[in-house]
Amino acid sequence: MTTATVSRWDRFRESFFWYSFKRDKVAILSTLVLVLMVFAAVFAPLLAPTDPYDLAQINIMNSELPPAGLDGSDPAFPLGTDAQGRDLLSTILYGTRVSLLIGFGAVVLQAALGILFGLLAGYLGGKVDSILMRIADVQLSFSTLMVAIIVGAVFKASFGNLMFGEIAIYMLIFIIGVAEWPQIARTVRASVLAEKKKEYVDAAKVMGFGTPRIMFRHILPNTLSPIFVIATVQIANAIISEAALSFLGLGMPETQPSLGSLIKSGFDYIQSGSWWITLIPGLVLVVLVLVINLLGDWSRDVMNPRLYKG
Amino acid sequence: MTSPLVSIRGLEKRFDLSGNLLEQITFEGGRFRRKQEAVHAINGVDLDVQRGEALCVVGESGCGKSTVARTVMGLLSPSGGEIHYDGQRIDNLDGKDALPYRRKMQMIFQNPYASLNPRMTIQQTLEEPIRFHHPDWSDIEVRDKIHEVMHSVGIDPDWGSRFGHEFSGGQRQRIAIARALAVDPEFIVADEPISALDVSIQAQVLNLLMDAQESRGLTYLFITHDLAVVEHFGTRVAVMYLGRVCELADTATLFATPRHPYTQALLSAIPKLEDDRPNHIRLQGEVPTPVNLPSGCVFHGRCPYANERCRAEVPELIATDEGARVACHAVEEGRL
Repeated sequence: MTTATVSRWDRFRESFFWYSFKRDKVAILSTLVLVLMVFAAVFAPLLAPTDPYDLAQINIMNSELPPAGLDGSDPAFPLGTDAQGRDLLSTILYGTRVSLLIGFGAVVLQAALGILFGLLAGYLGGKVDSILMRIADVQLSFSTLMVAIIVGAVFKASFGNLMFGEIAIYMLIFIIGVAEWPQIARTVRASVLAEKKKEYVDAAKVMGFGTPRIMFRHILPNTLSPIFVIATVQIANAIISEAALSFLGLGMPETQPSLGSLIKSGFDYIQSGSWWITLIPGLVLVVLVLVINLLGDWSRDVMNPRLYKG
Repeated sequence: MTSPLVSIRGLEKRFDLSGNLLEQITFEGGRFRRKQEAVHAINGVDLDVQRGEALCVVGESGCGKSTVARTVMGLLSPSGGEIHYDGQRIDNLDGKDALPYRRKMQMIFQNPYASLNPRMTIQQTLEEPIRFHHPDWSDIEVRDKIHEVMHSVGIDPDWGSRFGHEFSGGQRQRIAIARALAVDPEFIVADEPISALDVSIQAQVLNLLMDAQESRGLTYLFITHDLAVVEHFGTRVAVMYLGRVCELADTATLFATPRHPYTQALLSAIPKLEDDRPNHIRLQGEVPTPVNLPSGCVFHGRCPYANERCRAEVPELIATDEGARVACHAVEEGRL
């Protein structure tokens, strides 16, 4: 009876998921890089040499210093400084934190809306399905950027720059989350349509369980694999959307920059030789999005029900 | 005769094929017409299930046997007719009113690979219905009940922390039976519970169902297409064809003296060991589509004894001398 008392950890270690992870070098490398970046972002206040939000630590005389190894570099600023004299390394660490926060936050909001509406549409069917999916279609027919630009511009005009800086992060999470929920809702609906025909759902109905219990406790756990896959890809998308908005000047303000607004702030100086202010945050953004997408692709392959049953 | 536990009266079930109003409008012969089509899965079925018996429903694929089972269990709502449980009409109950009957009536499904939730352990699968129907029970009472049903179906209670996919088909079906038994039902609808299993396992599961019937006083409505199982298991047999019951009799009577032409053809198709000169009754043609039902007796197109009356008039179930009930004009008129 030793096998009867296997823990969840043992089960996970014997799973196909873990097995294929161990054999995939790209997945391992991507995970390492992602974990490193998340770690650096979460512990940015401890790791960063200076606090870019603290104006007292910034000296305008240090502005536009090049990264270490180039002429005129200062050993105190290994990645150089930006136009306001902020240490670029610290700013990037804080910026990654903001970008990841918006990425995760937006996907949590997307998932909450998408799972709820997807479950309702898929399980109840009929009119509820038609109405919810038409709303999703309408929502998808606006591009995320367009909605974000309009909402962002309205917010900025009505709250003023100072106030906007404080709520910008929540506003971005809200905009990206609301604009992209149909992606998850459609995925959930498709899996629910497949799951609700299975006999375990009939068995639950015969037991007299209520609709919410069947939806959330019986069907939802069986649709988590595709949700996981699409959520991974959506985090990358949300980070890109945020960067694009910030680049357009509608995202995070310069005082608490995300990776996108860092790229933008350096863009004005790229012709005057200070390329590093744009290039280094740009590289960080590309690597961050790339590893998330690679992980998303890998998990899609692993969790594909046609390749793997269980 | 005591009153039946479950009685089905004039049950009908149609599945709409034509979709919404826009899709129904067709252009034919120069004018727009509204066209509605439906599959007539059950067309007026009358059945009584007596306490303690195992009523087997047999028939070929698509004759509506599973639809009868699912309608009785409330998984489908009937298009017409009534279902009574212990004298109380249940087909129009919903939500809270239906809950007491949910506990008394349980169902065992065909596919043991799909009937257990893949994300739940066996323990969770069995525990949930017990806690749902007995919210006042203590943890110890719930645990004892789970152990009791697992023992009774021959599953080691120590396996509770495993998931459904770690078991074989026969073991899964035992677990599905345990789930049905966990709420102490009186009446179990079994929808082809052994047809997805290996032959060697079929007998085990069948014996398990019979043991449970004996020890718990269960009543079964047993849906199957396997005539050997019927002979072994059934108290009475109902033969269905195209959504209607064509013969209803005690098992021994039906196998000894089948009266309806369809039943005769069905029984002659059972392979026998001394089958060097098979004398199967070969029926002409195919089962008609349930979308456009034939007029009169649904079997008339393939029946060698059909006459004008069979083509025009729907036969009712009529008692014969042997105690069977047969829906056939030829039997009624003594032509057969």
